[in-house]
Amino acid sequence: MHGLAFDIAHFLAGGMVVASFLLLYQDRLSALINVFALHSLVLVLAVGWQATIQEAHHLYVTAGIALVFKAIIIPTALHRIVRRLGIHRTLEVVGGVGRDMLAGTALVALAILVMLPVTAGADALAREDLAFALAVVLLGLLLMVIRYNAVSLVIGFMSLENGLVLAAAGARGMPLAVEISIAFSVLIALIVIGVFLFRIRERFDSVDMQAMDTFREGRRK
Amino acid sequence: MNAGFIAMTALLAVPAGAALLLVLLSGYRLGARVNVGAALSSLLAAVTLFGARPEANLYLRVDDFNLYLIVLNNLVSFTTSVFSASYIAHELETGRLTPVYLRFYHAMYQALLFAMNLALLANNIGLLWVAIELATLITVLMVGLYRTRAALEAAWKYFILGSLGIALALFGTILVYLAAQPVMGEGLPAMAWDQLLARASAFDPALLNLAFVFLLLGYGTKAGLAPLHAWLPDAHAEGPTPISAILSGLLLNVALYAVLRFKMLMSANPHALAPGPLMVGLGLLSLLFAGLMLYRRGDIKRLFAYSSIEHMGIITFAFGMGGPLANFAGLLHMTMHSLTKSAIFFAVGHISQVKGTQRISTIRGLTVTHPALGWGLVAGVIAIAGMPPFGVFMSEFLVVSSTFARQPLLALPLVLGLLLAFGTLLWRLNGMAFGKPDTGPAAPVQASILPMLAHLALVFVAGIWLPGPLVNWFKNVAVLLG
Repeated sequence: MHGLAFDIAHFLAGGMVVASFLLLYQDRLSALINVFALHSLVLVLAVGWQATIQEAHHLYVTAGIALVFKAIIIPTALHRIVRRLGIHRTLEVVGGVGRDMLAGTALVALAILVMLPVTAGADALAREDLAFALAVVLLGLLLMVIRYNAVSLVIGFMSLENGLVLAAAGARGMPLAVEISIAFSVLIALIVIGVFLFRIRERFDSVDMQAMDTFREGRRK
Repeated sequence: MNAGFIAMTALLAVPAGAALLLVLLSGYRLGARVNVGAALSSLLAAVTLFGARPEANLYLRVDDFNLYLIVLNNLVSFTTSVFSASYIAHELETGRLTPVYLRFYHAMYQALLFAMNLALLANNIGLLWVAIELATLITVLMVGLYRTRAALEAAWKYFILGSLGIALALFGTILVYLAAQPVMGEGLPAMAWDQLLARASAFDPALLNLAFVFLLLGYGTKAGLAPLHAWLPDAHAEGPTPISAILSGLLLNVALYAVLRFKMLMSANPHALAPGPLMVGLGLLSLLFAGLMLYRRGDIKRLFAYSSIEHMGIITFAFGMGGPLANFAGLLHMTMHSLTKSAIFFAVGHISQVKGTQRISTIRGLTVTHPALGWGLVAGVIAIAGMPPFGVFMSEFLVVSSTFARQPLLALPLVLGLLLAFGTLLWRLNGMAFGKPDTGPAAPVQASILPMLAHLALVFVAGIWLPGPLVNWFKNVAVLLG
């Protein structure tokens, strides 16, 4: 049974990496948000499975919080924001899907090469989980770097946070305090983000971050 | 329930309670008074900790190292709240802020104090992370307070870079737990800092190394170390000036404090990577980079923000060198920089109000038009540039001389960076303080210059004479830091 339990955990954590790749090439905002919801859903399953095999009941709470906030409330809210801003149909220019995919693959390889030798002493479950988690974190960073749209940036950041929750769940017996705080931070982050998107819209008539970049001290003459 | 425990609780409960109260209070005068009162009570609670120290538990802890930072933190927050009271009255008159925003501002001010006190008191590395995350989110909101285009850009950039740093730090924290868990078992003790330190020698060194890289980058971002410093100048320039003073004087210290706590864990493990060279490298990079960037600044608050990056670089460098003397210099420099930089921001806040601009080229001849502010700025800049007789000179001198004694080659870039910053700051100061005053608008000052004078006096006294107990205190902490 242990073999199967391990395989399922492996499959779910790997599923998150795949979902992160899916995020990389979405060119429609609404599709991007849907894939993010999928990403969170896989996280919920992965954390739930960890809770079962580790018999760590507080992880069910983490999974529940992730389900409610990250898979349901935040995607719904983002859909509403995007619709109210009238940018849900906008096609985003994603420069070079092939290039991004290659970069993503390189990052996953990097995560595995860094993590596996370092954690040689830890148990197999934790180390593979951690390698996948680092891959998700790095892919989240990549998404933040290649996108200019504020909504995409936010989604990149939240997929990165999903990776962190996966890492925390994989660390056997890590106290609940951290998980609660993660959920807490997401909640506040959402408020901040919501306020920001509207304020940015108010000032810029666009949520394109390139428009913002033109405003720098050196050029303000 | 001893006095120490009550004081420790008060350090958290007073700002938290005041934040809630300030949300409810309308009227900015009352709000400002409550703000000052709450900050003063926290300061008193912090001083009480000298006499009665509470026992460490799994969440909170007071030791020699954080106690001095807690007192410094609450002292500067108190003086800043006094400065803030006169600063915001002017902002309200000119209509840059509305009463509703001021209510929000005061509540956030106390919430920020709560977060910083929590970070300094935390014994649990998870709790430390939560507190710094909370402080980041609060300061993001405060930087965007003016809602101008530039303020929003600054807050957004800070939000993205700050969250990124925080995320990296969390990953590092999880790795530390994973390193500790095989040795200490599951659960809370494996996150309590003092218990981690006691048993760090048995941890897996490879995991600790990786963890430290993440933690240094993560919390280093929050401390404004290059290359992840980009948020800092914008956040300082566009937020309200009291917040710039708090950011520079206190929050950067808190982030650096977190790095140092983990550095102590690293040093306790003989097989782990030596954290020193990494910190020396990052410190030098920040120092040189900031030294070069200082030249082209046209905005007075940005100028001093880059100077903060420079000083954070010096402090990180000093702690990276390690050893009793360099650590002593680092601790002293942390204190002197906090006091001096916040005094400068007090002066700058009023200066930009009376001149109606933050552009250096339009601020001329301050010593003629506004003698108190002008000479205050002169004293502050001379102090921060590292000239005698101020305390910053002493700490920089100690850093440089201890480096020359041990690693002469490293001392060269260090001195180069110091000289670069020194030259630029004095050159800029010359125009602002002694240039020919133009006939532009010069509003009368309604400044409270007492906080600025108090800080400068402390820095001046420290430059001439450090009290014996303080020296012993720093020496003890320097040994603790290893």
